[in-house]
Amino acid sequence: MMWLYDVLLSPFVDFAFMRRALAGCLALSFGSAPVGVFLMLRRMSLAGDAMAHAILPGAAIGFFIAGLQLIPMTIGGMIAGMTVALMSGLVARFTALREDASLAAFYLISLALGVLIVSMKGTNVDLLHVLFGTVLALDDPGLYFLASAATLSLVLLAVIYRALIAECVDPQFLSIVSRSGSAAHLTFLTLVVLNLVAGFQALGTLLAVGMMMLPAVTARFWSRTLNGMLGVSIVVAIMASIVGLLASYHAAAPSGPAIILAAGLAYLVSLLFGPEGGIVWQMMPRRHRTA
Amino acid sequence: MFATNLNAAPAIAFHHVTLGYDGHPAVHHLDGAVAQGDLLAVAGPNGSGKSTLLKGIAGLMRPLAGHIDLNGLETRDIAYLPQLAEIDRAFPVSVEDFVGMGLWRKTGAWRAIDGANKAALTNAISTVGLDGFEQRTIGTLSGGQLQRALFARVLVQDSPLILLDEPLSAIDTNTTTGLLQLIDRWHREGRTVIAVLHDFDLIKAHFPNTLLLARKAVAWGKSLDVITPLNMAAARAMSERWDDTAPWCGDHRT
Repeated sequence: MMWLYDVLLSPFVDFAFMRRALAGCLALSFGSAPVGVFLMLRRMSLAGDAMAHAILPGAAIGFFIAGLQLIPMTIGGMIAGMTVALMSGLVARFTALREDASLAAFYLISLALGVLIVSMKGTNVDLLHVLFGTVLALDDPGLYFLASAATLSLVLLAVIYRALIAECVDPQFLSIVSRSGSAAHLTFLTLVVLNLVAGFQALGTLLAVGMMMLPAVTARFWSRTLNGMLGVSIVVAIMASIVGLLASYHAAAPSGPAIILAAGLAYLVSLLFGPEGGIVWQMMPRRHRTA
Repeated sequence: MFATNLNAAPAIAFHHVTLGYDGHPAVHHLDGAVAQGDLLAVAGPNGSGKSTLLKGIAGLMRPLAGHIDLNGLETRDIAYLPQLAEIDRAFPVSVEDFVGMGLWRKTGAWRAIDGANKAALTNAISTVGLDGFEQRTIGTLSGGQLQRALFARVLVQDSPLILLDEPLSAIDTNTTTGLLQLIDRWHREGRTVIAVLHDFDLIKAHFPNTLLLARKAVAWGKSLDVITPLNMAAARAMSERWDDTAPWCGDHRT
């Protein structure tokens, strides 16, 4: 059984950086995956991707001012992400443009600004750090931030839970009986940005959204209830974190892409074998009940 | 519980109300009143402003001109039943939770649904014949079943003013009968009920009063007097014109 220990446990037992990476990814799993489930159910799966790009100039300006440091880049990222989210929401509300179109416009402006700033000031190595993250080099402030973001995210999601569901199912009804609809929507957008900012510390701006969406769409194949999907999405994210980190350790591969690929593998397997509409079950001769 | 009092102030008074989109009126200069406890059908051709009028009453749209007086009732206490298309049926919410939205004014965003509220919820689901469907997600319901769930939500809202937007469209005869009994019960309880409907025979049989709408009120009064071939021809002729070069309406009294 020694080999099992070598494969599964010794990387985490022997190396502190692996333990830190695991802790960071676990925090990310609890924060990002549930938010991703709501994005998916609101048909905003790609909005997460757009928001992740929108964060870049803020993080870059933070980087520009203070170098590769957590707090300035986080604050910058939050400001840039929230600005884009709010602007596209306002444009969608007051003009004929739909929210997806205005989001596309703003995030592209934001992304171009970000690339401009990073390439004018930083070196290519810095750009790679921002784009692909540094999960194996998480320092204490980085870990605390990931843990705080996950905690805040779960608490806020619990607070807006009922309003957010009502807002998704029947927004008109909610807007008649209560004014909490826009507050819930706004809080939710904040959570998207917060988790993406947290994610890009570990996985980079490009891959952070993978930790959000892949576990969520995977969960769709395992449960038909909302609570079930939320639970499954977290479990999938955790398993992807562990498998991805181990694979990257043993293969000496970059860990960010390995984690997201592990989540991607979970998605492909679920797509085929998931009990809720997996392709294999759909191709089997199907029994049906008499009523 | 909501005793009909003909001398009381009307449940809704329209003062020169204009509702619309992009400056084009969908409801134009509507005046009139709905009595407390009235059972009123709103009829008219497509695009005649029926749904817009309900949205205006419920506060989902602000009037372009004029105002709607709800006699002190707050819009959030109105029970509004939307068209089925307005519901996101793909969202995995259970029938029980969906109907439970009707308890919002009592439970808000956080309080548990228990005690009397829980009893009212169970009772409402049972009244519309959805027992056993509590834990099913709304996506698995047929159109008629979802419509019954919407009626159950109105039931738990326990509101003195009920607005129904096409509550009987694409519903089979059996379900229609059941839902009409509910509407009738609300009427007997003294609630004010306004429903957008297309079936004139059904209106004449079940709704004492009718507002025939074609942007303006073509006719408004007892159903049998309103639903005449002459009025209906007039309504058809008046609706669905959308003219981008139409002159601005000079009458902007508010």
